[in-house]
Amino acid sequence: MKYNMSRLIVVGLIAVLAGCSSKGGTKDDVAVEDRGTTADGAVTSGAYGSSDFSSYSLNDPNSPLARRVIYFEYDSAEITSGDQDLLVQHAGYLVANPGQHITLEGNTDERGSREYNIALGDRRGLSVQRILELNGVLPEQITVVSYGEEKPAAEGHGDAVWRLNRRVEIVYQGQ
Amino acid sequence: MRKFGLILLLLLAVRPAFSALTIEITRGVEGAIPIAVVPFGWSGGSGAAPENISAIVSADLNRSGRFEALPDSDLVAHPTEGSQVQFQNWRMVNVDNLVIGKISAAGQQYSVQFQLFDVLRGNQVAGYSFNVGRQELRRVAHHISDLIYEKLTGERGAFNTQIAYVTTSGSTANKTYTLMVADSDGYNPQTILTSKEPLMSPTWSPDAGQLAYVSFENKTAQIYIQELGTGTRRKLISFKGINGAPSWSPNGRSLAVTLSRDGNPEIYTLDLKSNALKRLTNSAGIDTEPVWTPDGNSIVFTSDRGGSAQLYRVPAGGGQARRLTFEGKYNAGADISPDGRKIAMVHGAGGGYRIAVLDLGSGNLRVLTDGQQDESPSFSPNGSMIIYATGSGSREVLAAVSVDGSFRQRLSLQAGNVREPVWSPFGK
Repeated sequence: MKYNMSRLIVVGLIAVLAGCSSKGGTKDDVAVEDRGTTADGAVTSGAYGSSDFSSYSLNDPNSPLARRVIYFEYDSAEITSGDQDLLVQHAGYLVANPGQHITLEGNTDERGSREYNIALGDRRGLSVQRILELNGVLPEQITVVSYGEEKPAAEGHGDAVWRLNRRVEIVYQGQ
Repeated sequence: MRKFGLILLLLLAVRPAFSALTIEITRGVEGAIPIAVVPFGWSGGSGAAPENISAIVSADLNRSGRFEALPDSDLVAHPTEGSQVQFQNWRMVNVDNLVIGKISAAGQQYSVQFQLFDVLRGNQVAGYSFNVGRQELRRVAHHISDLIYEKLTGERGAFNTQIAYVTTSGSTANKTYTLMVADSDGYNPQTILTSKEPLMSPTWSPDAGQLAYVSFENKTAQIYIQELGTGTRRKLISFKGINGAPSWSPNGRSLAVTLSRDGNPEIYTLDLKSNALKRLTNSAGIDTEPVWTPDGNSIVFTSDRGGSAQLYRVPAGGGQARRLTFEGKYNAGADISPDGRKIAMVHGAGGGYRIAVLDLGSGNLRVLTDGQQDESPSFSPNGSMIIYATGSGSREVLAAVSVDGSFRQRLSLQAGNVREPVWSPFGK
C-alpha cells in the first residue's frame, strides 16, 4: 500500500517536471539553469517516468546499473549521449525506489589549482544531478560532493591516468 | 539516516612527527654575499652544545639565496670572542662578513652571544646576547639569522617563521591526509590534524596563531579554524555544497571563502564575530580562490566567467570585478606579495602548469618555474621567496624560488607526498 502511494506521487511529480521542461523558459526551468552547469545540450528529452528499469537489481553485475562512473573531457562538465542513456537507467531505478539515496562524487584530474578543481568537480556532479532530476529523481535523493583532484581513481600522470580521474562516481547509499 | 564508514582518525593535539622536510638547493645564485660563520664556542659541560647554532645560521643564510656561507673546512680560524679576531686572515680568503659566538649553560638556562663583523672595515656591525631555555635555542639561531640578514641586505629576514602543508601517504584506496606545521627550515614538524578523508587549503591567521582549513572528514567539504597553541578547533561553516578556499583578512576579523550554497561557486566574506555573510561575486561560472590584498581593500580571485580560468579583482566591500590576467589560457590560485605589488599564480601555457608572477606596476608576467604541475604558490612574509608544490618523479614535493627566479631549492619528505605549502606571516 505504502509503496504504491509513493510511486503514484513520484509519477505525478514526473508529469509536473516534464510539463515544465517542455514549455521551456518557465520559472522552474530557469532555476535548473541557475545551478551553474554549462553543459549545453546535456539535457535529455523523453524517458520521463521510465520506471521499467526498476526491475534491474543494484547488485547484478550485468545490469546497466553496475556502471556507476561517468567520465569527462578536460575542463568540461558535459555529459556524452551514451552516458545520458546510462543516467536515464539510473534515474529509472531511483524513481522506482524513492527511498534510495545516492551521492554524486565529482572528481578532476591533477592539472591546475586545487580549489579550482573542487569547483570543476562540483560542476560535473551538478551536471549529472540535473539529468537525474529531469528524469524524475527527487532532489532529496541526491547529494553532490566534489573532491576535486584530492581522490584520484588512478595515481600517476599523463593522458591515460587523467582520463580515469575526470569523473563522477554514483554512490548508492547502503552499497 | 546516512551511514558512512567511520574510518576517520583525528589527532587534535599537536604532537611531534618523525619525518622532517629536507632542503636541497637546486639552483644557486651568482653574486651571493660571502660570509663566514664560525662554530660557536661552548662552555656548558661535557659533550656538544644541545643545538649547533652556527650550522643553523649558515643553513638559513644559504637557503635565502642571498648569502654563501664558507664551508667549515675553509675557515681559516675559529675565534669565539671579538678579541681573538684577526681581520687580515679573513680578508685574505675574500670573506666580507664574519659571524662568531658562544653558548654557555647555567642549569636549564642557556646564554647565547653572537657578533657580526665587517671584515673590510674591521669593526663590529651587530652584537647580541640571549638567555633562553633548551627549547628556544633553534628559535634563537633563526633570530640571529634574521638579524644578520636584515643588517646586510636591508630587508627583514623570514627565518623565524613557519610553513603549513598537507602530506599524504598510503595507497589510493587507503590514503592518510595530514595537516602539518614546520619551521621554515623544515625542522620541528608538528601534526595538526590527521584524517582518512582529504584535508586542504590551509590558511594562516595574521597573528600566525591559528589555521583555517578545509576538511572532508564528514564526507563533505567543511571549513574549520584551529588554534595552534592548544589544538582547540571549531567548525566554522558547513553549508550545502562547496565550503572552500578560506583566506584570512589582514585585520583578522573575517574570512573570504568559496560557497556553492546558492547554486554555483561564489566568493563570500564571513565576519568571524557576527557570522554575517556577504556575497561578492555573481556569475554563472566558477568563482573561487579568494585572497586579500595586504591593505584589506580588495580580493583577488579565480573565475572562468570569460571562458577560461583567469584572475580578477573585486573591492572587498563588493562592487565590479576587474580582470587582471590576460596572458595564457589558465591563471589561477593567486597569492599576493606582502607589499601588494606582485601576484603569484598557477600559470597554464604550452601544456604545463608553472608558477608565474605578475608585476602589478608594469603589467609584466614572468614565469619562474619549469615543472609540469607546479601549484599552490605562497610568498614568504618578507616577499623574497615563493614556496610552491611540484612533482619530482612520481612524488609530490615542495620547492621554493626567489621572486626574481634566480635561486631555487627543493623540500622533500623522506616518504610520502607533500603539497599545499603556506608560509606563515611574521606573527605577533
